This record gives sequence, structure tokens and C-alpha cells, in this order.
Amino acid sequence: MDIPAELRYSKEHEWVRIDGDLATVGITDYAQDQLGDIVYLDLPAAGAAVAQHERMGEIESVKAVSDLFSPISGEVVEVNQGAVDSPELVNQAPYGRGWLLRVRLRDPGELESLLSSQAYDELITREMEENTD
Amino acid sequence: MTTTSLRQLPLVEQHRALGARFAPFAGWEMPVQYAGIVEEHRAVRERAGVFDVSHMGRLFVVGRDAGRLLRRALTYKVDQLGEGEAHYALLCADDGGILDDVFVYRLDAARFLVVDNAVNVECGRERISSFVEPGMEVELLDRQASTAMLALQGPEAPAFLARIIGPEAPEGLRRHHCTEIPYLGYKLFVSRTGYTGEDGFELVTSLEAGARLLERLAGEGVAPCGLGARDTLRLEAALPLYGNDIDATTSPWEAGLGFAVSLDDGADFAGRAALVAAKEAGASRRLVCLRARGRGVMRAGCPVLHAGQVAGRVSSGGFSPTLGVSIGLAYLPVELAQEGTELEVEVRGKRLPAVVVPRPFYRKAKG
Repeated sequence: MDIPAELRYSKEHEWVRIDGDLATVGITDYAQDQLGDIVYLDLPAAGAAVAQHERMGEIESVKAVSDLFSPISGEVVEVNQGAVDSPELVNQAPYGRGWLLRVRLRDPGELESLLSSQAYDELITREMEENTD
Repeated sequence: MTTTSLRQLPLVEQHRALGARFAPFAGWEMPVQYAGIVEEHRAVRERAGVFDVSHMGRLFVVGRDAGRLLRRALTYKVDQLGEGEAHYALLCADDGGILDDVFVYRLDAARFLVVDNAVNVECGRERISSFVEPGMEVELLDRQASTAMLALQGPEAPAFLARIIGPEAPEGLRRHHCTEIPYLGYKLFVSRTGYTGEDGFELVTSLEAGARLLERLAGEGVAPCGLGARDTLRLEAALPLYGNDIDATTSPWEAGLGFAVSLDDGADFAGRAALVAAKEAGASRRLVCLRARGRGVMRAGCPVLHAGQVAGRVSSGGFSPTLGVSIGLAYLPVELAQEGTELEVEVRGKRLPAVVVPRPFYRKAKG
């Protein structure tokens, strides 16, 4: 599983890339692998407010639908229309062309509560072990 | 999650080696996917895929009165099948509700194979047994545990089967026909049937030969496929799934399964009187094909709305990899069952526009 070291992660399997007061948000490689073929994204519109760890949309694969939770609070400034139009991008490049939203951070202090790549790696390793039991 | 009570497929080791991911289905731990549902789906539509369907029931009904017994229990005149012919049939309750849907294969004059749904194996068996009359010469032989069943499906299925089987391969086997051939010293049952809307075969043999067959097919490049792709493929072909689209509360007429009910041979069979009455009364609802007009995926249970009012519910729904849009089946009042009727499906609080389209969603090109 690809877990880039420079990103921060939520327990709900989203990643965050910080650039000044802007955060790019997506789902992790592990999440896309667990979901399988992604066919539909329901994301908040630009201008909408999102709150940390609260439901912000849905992601649907051929198998099932899952809620998306925002890893940070703020205002949505951009939605990745490319991913909305071609949801398979999220499978193909979850940290690249398959990003979901850009959010203007309301409280940079929230980033402290997110996981490092190492902590996230441990989290999904535990999950995978539970799944194979 | 407790998985201890789930039954394992006999070929579970082969599935693990092929990279399967498992999930529970009808009391079995079943491979859901290998490379991915869409990739497996496409493999079956374009080349070939192999499914392990050993969870399905395999009941051999043998003896001089085997045909008579099955005719008494089932809706179709299976006693009139020729040797090597197969047909779809239903097991109905006395009130005409559907207890199980089955495929019946006539191997020879006094030997039939009945393949039924994993979830109904026990009640189906009991129901069929209940029609055995004193003096009937018939035996029911349950071969589910001692055999494996594979489905080899896709336009290139015949070529792959020929490559594996060699000169014994039943090249000329016609659709809905079956035969038995030798394979690795075992008997191999081969039928030209399936549940994907493609050409292909279903294969029943010993556990040893089944394991070898699966390994060799996968080794030749046939895509191993799980229940995920099996569901998207059968949904595109608008083939009903027992428990979703048909059950004890649905009649064959409203489900569009009239072709599985024979009323012309004069035979009495379970549910006949109720089915005749229901046919005369006319169905008030029909199972229709819905195609979404927007993004979003309808799933089983979603309400179907007409003019803002609930008119029915999606019985099976999902995403069609071939059409690139969500599709589903739903029972709707006959006045809303016409092709072109515009409806909405409520998907988690949002309304997804959908239209009634011809059945099935997908039909293979004539070969």
C-alpha cells in the first residue's frame, strides 16, 4: 500500500496535503483498494463548509456506498471535477489526479490530531489483520 | 465478525492462491473478487471468466419415475425434455409463490440433475421429496458436497474448454444442452448454460478434477471471477436473483418467468391451480428494467417514485460496467411498466431520474 510520508491521514482513510492555508483532500490507496471500482462521487460544492470528522459526501463503488468524512474543517474552494466525471481516477491515482477537494483551513491546529504516515500504516496493518482473521 | 459458521468451498485453497477476497453469501464464504469486479466483468463480456459456483445445490434425481416426480414438483414439463436437454423451472408453493428457481438437466431417460440456489437447498429438497408417492421408483442423490461446480463464461469459453479438454471437448454442444465426458479419469458434466448473458458452460465434476480444471483454466488466462462480477453480469442480462427479485411473495407471471411454466401438457404440478387463477386474473405489477438518467447508483430496497409517490421498490440494483450507468429491477404497477416511463429512484434521500427500458439491459451479439 502506498502511504506518502509527506501527507497527514485521518482514521476514516482520508489524506491531507497542506499548502499554506489550503488543504488538498483525498482518500488513501488503502481506501480505494478496499472499495474497489469507484463509480460515483457525491462531494460538497465549492463554497460549502466542511467540519472535521463529519460526513461531507459519499463515495460509491460497484460493491457498495460509503460515507466520506472531512479530515479537516474549512471552506471548500475547489472540487476535482475530473474525478467527479471519471471516478476511476480515484482508483488509479488516489494521491494524484484522483484528489477530491481543496479546502481553506479554518483551524490549522486540527492538523495535530491527524495521523503521520507511520501511524496510518500501523492503523491499516491492524485493520488488514482483523479482516483476515 | 464470526465466520466460524460459514461453509468453505472445497476449492478454497485454489481461490486463495488466485488472490480472492472473500465475503459471506447464503451461509458460504465466497470469493467476491480477484482482480476487481469491473475487470472481471469485462473479461467475461470480451473473453472468458471462470466462477466457482459450488455453493449451489446439485441434486441428482434418478430412477424410472424421476421425470414424473420432477414434473409433479416443478412448473415446467421437464419430463418431456429429451436426453441431453436442459430447461429453467420453478418450484412453487401451493399458492403459486416461488420457493426456488432451478435449472433441470436430463442426462438420460432415468437421470436428471437439478441445480438450485444455495439458500434454498434444504427446503427445496424437502419439497421435492414430499411429492414422492408410494411405489415410485426414484432416488434423490445430493452431490453438493462431493462435487465441484464451475461456470466458464464468455465468448472465448468454447476455445478455452477445447484447449483444456482436448478431443473429448463437446464442441457442438448447443445452448441449453448438456453431456457427460471423461476428464482426468473422472466424469465431467458439461452444459451450455450460465448466469451471465454470455455464451459459456457450467461444469460439474469430482473435487479433484474440479480443482485441476480451475487451475488449468486460470493458467491458460481465463479470468477468475467472484460473486461481485456474477451479480453485475446477471443484472445486465436481467436474470432474476432468488431472494431479491423473486421469492414466495412473487408470481412467475409478474416476474416475467411465464416461459418456465407449462400449462399446456395437462399435468398437475405444485401451485398449478393458483398459477392458473393468477394468470386469468392478470398481474397487477410487473418486474421492469430501470436505467438511471444521471449519476448515482440505485440499490436493492430504494423506493421508486412516480409523480412523487412511492410506486415500488428496487429489487436488484447496481452499476452496469457495460452501460456505464446504474441499472436496476423493480416491480411496478402495470400502468407504469411501459418502456419509456419516466420515474425517480430515491437513493439515500436524493432523487435519481430513471426510465423503464426493454429487458434485458444487455444482450450478446449474435455469434
